[in-house]
Amino acid sequence: MNYDQARYGDDERYEPLLSEKDGKAVDPGEDSALPDELTRDSLELPELSEPELARHYTRLSQMNWSVEAGPYPLGSCTMKYNPSFTDVVAADPNAAVHPDRDPETVQGTLKLLYGLQEYLAEVGGMDAVTLQPPAGAAGEFAGITVAKAYHEANGNDRSEIIVPASAHGTNFATAAMAGYDVVELPSGEDGRVDLEALEAAVSGDTAALMLTNPNTVGLFERDIEEIAGIVHDAGGLLYYDGANLNALLGRARPGDMGFDIMHYNVHKTFATPHGGGGPGAGPVGVVDDLAEFLPRPQVREVGSDSDGSDVDGGAGDDAAGYELFDPERSVGKVHGFGGNWLVLIRAYAYIHRLGDEGLLDASAKAVLNANYLAERVEFDVPYGPFHHEFAATSGDRDAADVAKRMLDYGVHPPTTKWPEMVPEAMLTEPTEAESKASLDDLAAAFNAAAADPVEDLEAAPSKTTARRIDQTSAARNPRLSWHALAGSDDDS
Amino acid sequence: MSGRSAGSPFAPHTLETTAEMLAAVGADDEADLFDIPESVAFDGEFGIPARSEREVVGDLRDTFARNDDLTEFLGRGHYGHYVPALVDDLSARSEFLTSYTQYQPEITQGFLQALFEYQSMLVELTGLPVANCSMYDAATGLAEAALLADRVRSASGDTVLVPEALRDGKRSTLDNYVDGSDLSVETYPSDDGTVDLEALRERVGGDVCFVYAENPTVTGAIEPELAAVGDVADEHDALFCVGSDVVALGLLREPASVGADVVVGEAGALGLPTAYGMGLGLFACREEYLRQVPGRLVGASEDAADHRAYTLTLQTREQHIRKERATSNICTNQAWVALRAAMHLATLGASGLADLAEDCVRAARDLAADLDEVDGVTAPLHDRHHFREFAVGVDDAHGVAAGLQERGYAVHVLDGDTLQVCVTDLTAGETDGLVAAFTEVAN
Repeated sequence: MNYDQARYGDDERYEPLLSEKDGKAVDPGEDSALPDELTRDSLELPELSEPELARHYTRLSQMNWSVEAGPYPLGSCTMKYNPSFTDVVAADPNAAVHPDRDPETVQGTLKLLYGLQEYLAEVGGMDAVTLQPPAGAAGEFAGITVAKAYHEANGNDRSEIIVPASAHGTNFATAAMAGYDVVELPSGEDGRVDLEALEAAVSGDTAALMLTNPNTVGLFERDIEEIAGIVHDAGGLLYYDGANLNALLGRARPGDMGFDIMHYNVHKTFATPHGGGGPGAGPVGVVDDLAEFLPRPQVREVGSDSDGSDVDGGAGDDAAGYELFDPERSVGKVHGFGGNWLVLIRAYAYIHRLGDEGLLDASAKAVLNANYLAERVEFDVPYGPFHHEFAATSGDRDAADVAKRMLDYGVHPPTTKWPEMVPEAMLTEPTEAESKASLDDLAAAFNAAAADPVEDLEAAPSKTTARRIDQTSAARNPRLSWHALAGSDDDS
Repeated sequence: MSGRSAGSPFAPHTLETTAEMLAAVGADDEADLFDIPESVAFDGEFGIPARSEREVVGDLRDTFARNDDLTEFLGRGHYGHYVPALVDDLSARSEFLTSYTQYQPEITQGFLQALFEYQSMLVELTGLPVANCSMYDAATGLAEAALLADRVRSASGDTVLVPEALRDGKRSTLDNYVDGSDLSVETYPSDDGTVDLEALRERVGGDVCFVYAENPTVTGAIEPELAAVGDVADEHDALFCVGSDVVALGLLREPASVGADVVVGEAGALGLPTAYGMGLGLFACREEYLRQVPGRLVGASEDAADHRAYTLTLQTREQHIRKERATSNICTNQAWVALRAAMHLATLGASGLADLAEDCVRAARDLAADLDEVDGVTAPLHDRHHFREFAVGVDDAHGVAAGLQERGYAVHVLDGDTLQVCVTDLTAGETDGLVAAFTEVAN
């Protein structure tokens, strides 16, 4: 497939920074409503016309890859198609309300939040859900904070969290942020948790094991009940990292597997406008024993206790109304307000649209697509059988070089060099959104890059807006603003 | 569509293609591909019916229509300003909205440049040389700033000092974030709505590693002696962190000039509608903390053709490389919201932002003066300059707020005899109605 990404200007030029187009200094104190000593002396921001800005941002957009442009098969990132209607409902003017409104005056907002809590509890097999964490890693932090509160309430201070070597980096960072020592668990020969290693790792110090299932090479942890038993017997909790939940929708639920706490990356599993790095949302579900520790506030139906169990709900249901309440021994807050509302709306709309059938089909096709692509790719693919993603290895070729070459074939490459258990890993997750033709193109790009001379790989990419970028100099000589750039231009 | 399997409308295969692909992988049925032991397989139903797009859109519109139509004179950290149409229009381009983190910079130059420009504008507004390209919100920004202090000032004390009047959401988030560190959080009092400098001087000692002050404060008061607060922090070798927001920074003295080591706060005051508390955390700091900064940074570099190019940089601070030794666990941040804030800032320009900020002072002053004329109302409660909002003294705050709500206006209740009112460009045209409603209910 031929591909050329937009670029602007000739060889000497690039799309100028806003600051290079024009700039005007103003003295905000000049005619100020405030005394001079309280105001700044000058302010220099670009002064551009709306047509100039419209062109600037349109050009920037054209120099950017997106799911609508083509496949984005980043393993463990679940970049699926984001249906347009979720944007329409998120933009509803009646959804734009202030968080300090009297709950009685925002019944629509609370109804949706309640409905989403119920949907997520059902999908995850959990008893209670908070929607507050604004991203997956924030969900991990909220979940681990709840785990810590639970242990402390039981007079049972614990100091360690066990994390498999192949886990997402956020798991390690979250455990450390929450004040725990991280015990890294090596993977077994089959790519799964090694039960003997787990037995050796758990102790009376174990607060939790953080695990994703299927794991980060797409393998289902078949021994999950034994794993849960080992952790629970030691008095620890089992934490589910929801990054790979798309592979399980309607087929299995973390709660049924013995997980006590989980976060949902609703921006991965449901509607996914990832926005170039966020916002996401990382709701957290827990089993009954932990519900009283969840962040405050939560939403419930008026006149109910905190436990809501029926889910047919949706916006058709007519309860007496909805109210906020603080769980009895709440850990408090992990966000200044209630989290990333515009993302939660999209997630609710997506689940509401798909229903049981659609969710089940999403996971079916995500898994079918991953297996089909794994079959077509001429790289070694260790381990198996796979669910939604697989880690191919580029063998004696540098995975990063192969990835850059794939850009020239008009596809976005997979996640490279991770997880470390697969050498030169290319962790690939096509999702259910790709057609067979698109998967064939992806496989063709993999296979062409595999056959190209190494010089071509090292010279790639050539069809993108920028050629290979010097990452080392960016880190050695950090220039992080146009002020710094102007300074460094002066130096040269 | 004929031939397409029932199920997800966003999975493209026909029944025929599905069969072909199943044959290619040697499976009879999709269910055979799932390697799930029967004992943990789910064979129940969620009980969620599928709906058409039209039904979902209609359903959600009906749901949101249940929200009462109130004019919101609400602030305290979450602000509604008019968002130019250009921001909605261009930020919704799918190339921005459905892209991922820029791990392949060559093909994501557009977003990287936009984030570089966002960082640059925050550098201008704060006066500090390093700004990251977002935290979740002001509360998590503050919490991460305290953790930064813990890393860079571990030799001195471990007490974090924050204003007594800090919003509960910020205080509680801060408490949770520092729970895993050696830090403990304590408060200092305010005097007439701003820092009680004498009390702060008495409180700060060798045990303090971090002093946080807001400008404007949570009640909208503009801090008259911020530089003196910075001096107190500096004398004790504590990190001085200023909380503000992106509009206020367009007018108020840049925090770097009063000695701020770190600036945090809301940048979503531009670019976001009132989004039930969703935010955009700004985070800027001094150069010497560069390698301890949480979150993502975009830097300028060159490509193989010697052209300027942008890339995520200093990633060895981040969790995907450094794991438990990362500066923070943050991964997904608020990049698209940062793009919207940058677009909004660019649309305003320097003079537009300065004008908007001036209006936030004037509109608050005018509204306070009008409310002060109402019998039974004292406004502003504090003898300070104000930005957007101010505290209001009344006899029965709950009763007055309820009366206002019946008349279509929402205000904050702070305690039994104090309200708080916030006015922005969105509500400045409706202050007469608010004053009239106050007149009806306040005495």
